[in-house]
Amino acid sequence: MSEIGADLLLSMYEMTETIRRFEQQAIAQYRLGNIRGYFHPYLGEEAIAVGAMAAIEPDDYIVSTHRGHGHALAKGHEPRRMMAELFGKESGYCRGRGGSMHVASRSVRNLGANGIVGGGLAIAAGAALAIKQREGPEVVVAFCSDGSSANGIWHESMNLAAIWDLPVIFVLENNQYAVSTPIRDSARVEHLSQRAAGYGMPGVTVDGNDAAIVYGAMQEPLRRARAGEGPSLVECLTYRHGGHHVNDPGLYLPPEELQRWKAHDPLIVLRARLARAGVDEAAITLIDERVERLIDEAVEFATASPNPSVEDFLAEVATL
Amino acid sequence: MKYREALRAALQEEMERDATVFCVGEGIGERGGSYKVTEGLLAQFGPGRVIDTPLSEAGFVGLGAGAAIAGQRPVVEILFIDFLLQAMDQVVNQAAKYRFMSGGEGRVPLVVRTQGGTGNSLAGQHSQSLEALYYHVPGLKVVMPATPRDAKGLLKSAIRDDDPVIFIEHKLLYMTDGEVPAEDYLIPLGQADIKRSGSDVTLVAWSHMVVKSLQAAELLAAEGISTEVIDLRTLVPMDVDCVLDSVRRTGRLVIAQEAIKRGGVGSDVAAIVAERAFDHLRAPIVRVAGWNTTIPFNLGLEKASVPQVDDIVAGVRSVVQSGAAAGT
Repeated sequence: MSEIGADLLLSMYEMTETIRRFEQQAIAQYRLGNIRGYFHPYLGEEAIAVGAMAAIEPDDYIVSTHRGHGHALAKGHEPRRMMAELFGKESGYCRGRGGSMHVASRSVRNLGANGIVGGGLAIAAGAALAIKQREGPEVVVAFCSDGSSANGIWHESMNLAAIWDLPVIFVLENNQYAVSTPIRDSARVEHLSQRAAGYGMPGVTVDGNDAAIVYGAMQEPLRRARAGEGPSLVECLTYRHGGHHVNDPGLYLPPEELQRWKAHDPLIVLRARLARAGVDEAAITLIDERVERLIDEAVEFATASPNPSVEDFLAEVATL
Repeated sequence: MKYREALRAALQEEMERDATVFCVGEGIGERGGSYKVTEGLLAQFGPGRVIDTPLSEAGFVGLGAGAAIAGQRPVVEILFIDFLLQAMDQVVNQAAKYRFMSGGEGRVPLVVRTQGGTGNSLAGQHSQSLEALYYHVPGLKVVMPATPRDAKGLLKSAIRDDDPVIFIEHKLLYMTDGEVPAEDYLIPLGQADIKRSGSDVTLVAWSHMVVKSLQAAELLAAEGISTEVIDLRTLVPMDVDCVLDSVRRTGRLVIAQEAIKRGGVGSDVAAIVAERAFDHLRAPIVRVAGWNTTIPFNLGLEKASVPQVDDIVAGVRSVVQSGAAAGT
């Protein structure tokens, strides 16, 4: 992998910090009762969204997952409208109709998070087919999880993408637990990327906690996809910083395993890279302060935003 | 023109008109589809727009949804509606909800063409009438044409619609003949059609039951009973006003439905009329519907499991007689 410049490292650091801070603040708001429903934090997995999104172009599409706040922010969703959606407010990306698990926006070409594990994968293949039919230059990055790899739609989508050489990169975020079931109890292969061979596409397994490595691992799949050579599978090994969702204490996560991964946290990894690149602490502090203001402002915006109007909703549904 | 030719003409015209329209499904290219609806389209439009798939219903229905979200207008063919159950998540959780959950921004101009119904001794997994499943789900439109003219005009409208449409054909209708206008035309979704006017009783049907209902109406006419046959054509959106207007004139309602009676669309039609035109009813509403059974293989048993013309005649006769009794 070619060495990544300080500018790119800094922008990846800023996005990682943005996602981290967003999730921490959102969890705090959840505890206050300002956010309800299911909320699956991306804490600990930020490097995957950050590295993958740094590698693609604004016109490229993504599909996201139930653990999708990080994908959305890295793809360009504004934190304030993201937070507003989590609050269920009219100013949110889905006008309070979708919530955490259904954030989508045409403006940033996020085809949507999904409340069904694996639910976005065939949609990703379809968007890629649309690109191919229009002879467009774009690709689709399909985020998916170790859990989804046990589902039929994962296999069907990989196969369809492969047989038609569709421009998709399947980015498998292997956080090693499907809710509470460890991956070693769900798969006989050592690496889920080995399954790519079964569809006739390349598959690699990389350190998903290092945004620079993820960025690098995207290069060849992107080249392939844009050249019309078809899809690839990039398995990114990572780990959740807690349970499946905010109300799951994650007691099944072995403490020493959790500590080992926390020591290899995406922010720690990036800070080390920044230090090696000669970036001084002051530049990082500046970013941290900027991100803190951004997320504080997002919470203020979400708090001040009005709820969706019940009258408007009833008028809408009366016509359906 | 035959029903299947009318469907083909609709596909062909829409694909010529709009480069984003394409067909995808099992054996639809060279083979032309099991019911020969897509015959000739591969030669005209090429494999990029007439796409044969593996036997991967969930995959290619979801793929259709994704292509639709990304701006294309896919027409997905599912051989049997029974197989569409394999794609239930893609239809119900993905395609149907996308527009709403994205705050109204997303569009899913997807058509899923499929066929259902009995008549060919195909047994329990190739003969079902499952429209009620899709009728029940917010975000879907459900179209069930009975004639070649309607099939063409409705399919063209379905393709141009920005919401997912479940377009259900009937295996016994493909070879039926009917007049189809020579000029370009559309039939809007949500407009029922009075296939036969009458004054004594309103008979509501859709898909192949329209054919049987018209035969029943002919027999009933010989007995002096004037039956108005309404073809709903689209179940969602439903032309409730057409049904209510008719019932207000006739005072009697029979619903003929091939699907099993329990939880069927006919039950909903009955409920809507009971809620909104009860005072106009001169007799109880009657549903002539399939038995609550898996469709049997044996042709005699299969016939017995779903309404035949005689059953519809008997149903209509019963409301006319009970209405007359109530009136005396």
